[in-house]
Amino acid sequence: MSTASRIPPPESQLSGWQPVIGLEIHAQLSTQSKLFSGASTAYGAEPNTHTGLVDIALPGTLPVPNRAALDKAIRFGLAIGARIAPHSVFARKNYFYPDLPKGYQISQYELPVVADGTLAVRLDDGRVIEVAIERAHLEEDAGKSLHEEFHGATGIDLNRAGTPLLEIVSKPVLYSAAEAVAYMRAVHTLVRWLGVCDGNMQEGSFRCDANVSVRPAASDKLGTRTEIKNVNSFRFVEKAIEYEIERQIRALENGEKIVQETRLYDPTRHQTRPMRGKENANDYRYFPDPDLPPLAVTADDIAAVKAAMPELPEARRVRYIDALGLPEIDATQLCADRATADYFEAVLAALPGEAKLAANWTLGEVSAALNDAALTIDASRVPASALAQLLTRVREGVISGKIAKDVFAAMWTGEGSADEVIEKRGLKQISDSGALAAAIDAVLAEYPTQLADFRGGNEKLLQFFVGQVMKRTRGQANPQQLNALLREKLKGE
Amino acid sequence: MSIDAATVRHIARLARLAVSDDELAPIAGELNGVLGLADQLAAAQIDGVAPMAHPHEEMLAFRTDAVTEPDRADAFLALAPDARGGLYLVPKVLE
Repeated sequence: MSTASRIPPPESQLSGWQPVIGLEIHAQLSTQSKLFSGASTAYGAEPNTHTGLVDIALPGTLPVPNRAALDKAIRFGLAIGARIAPHSVFARKNYFYPDLPKGYQISQYELPVVADGTLAVRLDDGRVIEVAIERAHLEEDAGKSLHEEFHGATGIDLNRAGTPLLEIVSKPVLYSAAEAVAYMRAVHTLVRWLGVCDGNMQEGSFRCDANVSVRPAASDKLGTRTEIKNVNSFRFVEKAIEYEIERQIRALENGEKIVQETRLYDPTRHQTRPMRGKENANDYRYFPDPDLPPLAVTADDIAAVKAAMPELPEARRVRYIDALGLPEIDATQLCADRATADYFEAVLAALPGEAKLAANWTLGEVSAALNDAALTIDASRVPASALAQLLTRVREGVISGKIAKDVFAAMWTGEGSADEVIEKRGLKQISDSGALAAAIDAVLAEYPTQLADFRGGNEKLLQFFVGQVMKRTRGQANPQQLNALLREKLKGE
Repeated sequence: MSIDAATVRHIARLARLAVSDDELAPIAGELNGVLGLADQLAAAQIDGVAPMAHPHEEMLAFRTDAVTEPDRADAFLALAPDARGGLYLVPKVLE
């Protein structure tokens, strides 16, 4: 694929060295049950209560794969324009660890279900890079080891054992820590957008291993890489990669050789350190799992997944610009996650033709209030339907845009719906021409000098009178109507 | 491919099997015998033949995504040599 040979941007070189990074992202597929058993995948249960005979590896039990996990893998594959393999194979990855009761993890090796995709990644500076994704394969997670709770013993919780994961492997085509973290964010956005993974990094639903190497800038041969294991925050991924690049450059400049090894990132000391020595280098002895016949994906299977696909973020972004006429920056921000875009569309559905108004409020007041309250948009205290009612009142001229902000703040603190707040606080614009005329008459009577000036030709005083009437009506005069009526009265008819 | 004593030691370690130094050479000999048999396959003409993961034609069957396993933690934990606080206990694992 042509994007695999993307040329490193010159600014990614560091004093004659070119860093090269590839990421392996583990996204936990959001299924109800496990990849090969009917046990629950819900997070946070009492230890070992979400396990079945297959998960604890009782001899004689056989794995039966979960259709939804396969469909979610296909969905991801289609979204990155990848090949969906008509035949793929589950393999055993053999290693011993107490939280892996079978002694092997069921994974895919030579024939993954998803291969050769690309993802467009928008960098902070606005540049877009095409990142080649080599493969995405299904595999099961291991259990959890608790080393601290017991003296001289390790506790094993198998609730997580058998949870479906999609391992998404990029080609080594990321050339800085910033590019790597932008790619990781883009994958995070996409899997949540597609509804294949909840993206919860605290709960470990989305985590990443980074393969890092450096080579002389003029060379096109990859240097020896190290693998940084299991980093579960964007910030730590960036810091870990930055540290590792610097460490490798320093070592190479001192004439040392980089040892291929697995390293762990320690965020408190901001450094990586070796995890497994070379003598323990893993030799997983992969072979096809005899318990699981080959996995066939038919054209009908793919068509069914395609039919249920949501509109993809990039398509939606383009539609917002082309069909709704939104500025590019608004469209990009709205499509940063699906919940935000859906909220915007729900508001817009109630206010046809007011895309810019709906976008301004979604990205402005709503977004600011969510930030202050540390809430996500699906938990907004002002849901889309409530905001739509408020904006409808603005469009109808019941309240001004300025007063709408006060109403929104009141709605946010639970004072009621837009209509209730407007009613309770008496914020309705004065559109009654009789009441407005009375207010104007009172102002003109109060300022005879200014009135005479205006009639003498000082038309700039119009704004003065507008201001005075607004003050008298506490901002509730309908601006268009006030303007027309005031001009009429000022002329003295 | 031929297996020497060092390879036997490595494989034994991966498989967590205790093999004494005296046994290394005889086991290497036996394993080489097995591999010799497998080597005969290398003579077969396999150009254009797709690798066969399984000898039978059938394809994988799936289940629908539903939770069907009840909580049987107590029964499962009772099978373990040691379990406390809902956890299986194993000798301390050192990283």
